[in-house]
Amino acid sequence: MRSVLGDRRAIAVLLAPALLVYTLVMLVPMGWSLGYTFTQGNLIQGFTFNGLGNFRKLWQDPQAHSALWFTLKYALVVSVGQVLLGYLLALLYVFVLRRSSALIRTLVFFPVILPTVAVSLMFQKLFAIAPQNGLANELTEALGIHHGDWFASSTGAFIVLIIMDIWRSMGFYGVLIYAGLLDIPEEMLESARLEGATGWRLVKHIVLPLSWPVLISAVVFSINGTLKVFDSVLALTNGGPGSDTTPLTLYMFRTAFSYGDYGYGSTIAFLLTVVCLGVTLIIFRLSRRDLTKG
Amino acid sequence: MTAPPRQARTHPRAAALRRRRRARGAGRNLLIAALVVVEIVPLLWLVLSSFKSQGDFIDNPAWSLPKHWIAGNYADAWTSGRIGLYIRNSLLATAPSLALIILLGVAAGFALEVLVWRGRRQVLLGFLVGIMVPGQMILLPLFRIYLQTGLSGSFWPLIITYTATGLPLTVFMMATYFRAIPREILEAATLDGASTLGIFWRVGFPLARNAVFTVALVQFFFIWNDLLISLTFTTNDNLRTVQVGLLNFTGQYGETAYGPLFAAISINVVGALVLYLLINQRIIKGMTAGAVKG
Repeated sequence: MRSVLGDRRAIAVLLAPALLVYTLVMLVPMGWSLGYTFTQGNLIQGFTFNGLGNFRKLWQDPQAHSALWFTLKYALVVSVGQVLLGYLLALLYVFVLRRSSALIRTLVFFPVILPTVAVSLMFQKLFAIAPQNGLANELTEALGIHHGDWFASSTGAFIVLIIMDIWRSMGFYGVLIYAGLLDIPEEMLESARLEGATGWRLVKHIVLPLSWPVLISAVVFSINGTLKVFDSVLALTNGGPGSDTTPLTLYMFRTAFSYGDYGYGSTIAFLLTVVCLGVTLIIFRLSRRDLTKG
Repeated sequence: MTAPPRQARTHPRAAALRRRRRARGAGRNLLIAALVVVEIVPLLWLVLSSFKSQGDFIDNPAWSLPKHWIAGNYADAWTSGRIGLYIRNSLLATAPSLALIILLGVAAGFALEVLVWRGRRQVLLGFLVGIMVPGQMILLPLFRIYLQTGLSGSFWPLIITYTATGLPLTVFMMATYFRAIPREILEAATLDGASTLGIFWRVGFPLARNAVFTVALVQFFFIWNDLLISLTFTTNDNLRTVQVGLLNFTGQYGETAYGPLFAAISINVVGALVLYLLINQRIIKGMTAGAVKG
């Protein structure tokens, strides 16, 4: 039995194709990109060795700094929004709607699967000022907020981007956390209720600590996705006005393909990778410490 | 004073309870209504606008209904806007990628979780790296390879890249799933004299059918909605996927043909909606089961 499930030839047949594709198309290019960071040039001009020049440039490049800052700011705001609204939705599903939540869950989940480009173009039109005010712009003006062209100011563009990405993804986090809340044993909630814990107190002292693991998973998921934001920015604001809403991903893309600097582009991609890994590690550390405290 | 004191005491309390319950019911309904409005109104507006004439967009406010219903916008988007061609391209790139991801990923998940050998933990961790690292880290070397091997100008760069980037999550989700299958079932098959590959094909794969379906759905939406990879590797207009085509739609019409643009966005949104309604329960179930709780 052990020998059948340990058959070396079968292991090779089953694993080798996936491992081979993964290694050749992902791991090798990762290393290769790392190699590019020490060079300058592109496919047409050829590559020359540049030592640590790209890293020195990254250290001094104000555009890279603002791209990094935008990436972090965006990831923080959208992650907090996604997870917070997702948590509130999950509470709504479990404690308010209960058994009748399936329809609302389905509805709120729907934007998750929509193509980002289509949603971005729709939000462009919702917040447009020409040829007519878009629907959202009409609404804000009716509420007395005369914003003018949302996409002409960096704050306006940022706000629309945030609203759009939270609208797009809150249903996903709602369902994710909902599944975690369902795992809380009903008896625990019942005994807490008998001891007089209701509403917010019940959530804070019972539900939140018990759903901590799924909450941390949601945060890690969210941060990892938002740090890599590309589609929605490119399609909604194209990084503008100017380069005010350009994250590292888009700056890398421009550097490599518009300015033809593969070496510096790879260095930016490397920075992004380090940020992703670093932030994830930090969250795991913090969450573990909090867990022992609470 | 004539009423018995007992009744006088309980009556207002019952009324207060009823009032509170009614207020909660109203608050609940208000919340549901708000969610429905936030989710549906933008999409409804999008679809309604797709039937407007050019004059309608320029002369009438965004919230007004179409004065004349122009179904021809859809024909324009499909043919002269080339959305039909782009959808065909997306299908040609997505279908083979999906088949390869499932075939390779499920086999690897089986080999990593069910089969017993030294080093499998490390290999699984190796696949996890691929989930964390941003796509920007592999684009440039791949671009070079595809160009120099002459693969550019076909769907192969997309198929190869989608397959490789889809594998890490698939392998991880399948390994998580196989972990949940009672080992006795598989071991019983070995006692019946089945070979390792036979167990995979006749026991493992069929048992994992639900998980395979879920993984396929998740990957389908990832690939179909991708912009980064398709934008990088489709150098030829005729090979554009639907996302890249949609992104460039405005340019082609010079920003003025609003009706066809709205129709093009609507085709994407409504198409996703139909697919979603057909299979939504399984998406939601699967996304919560496989992805995070492992």
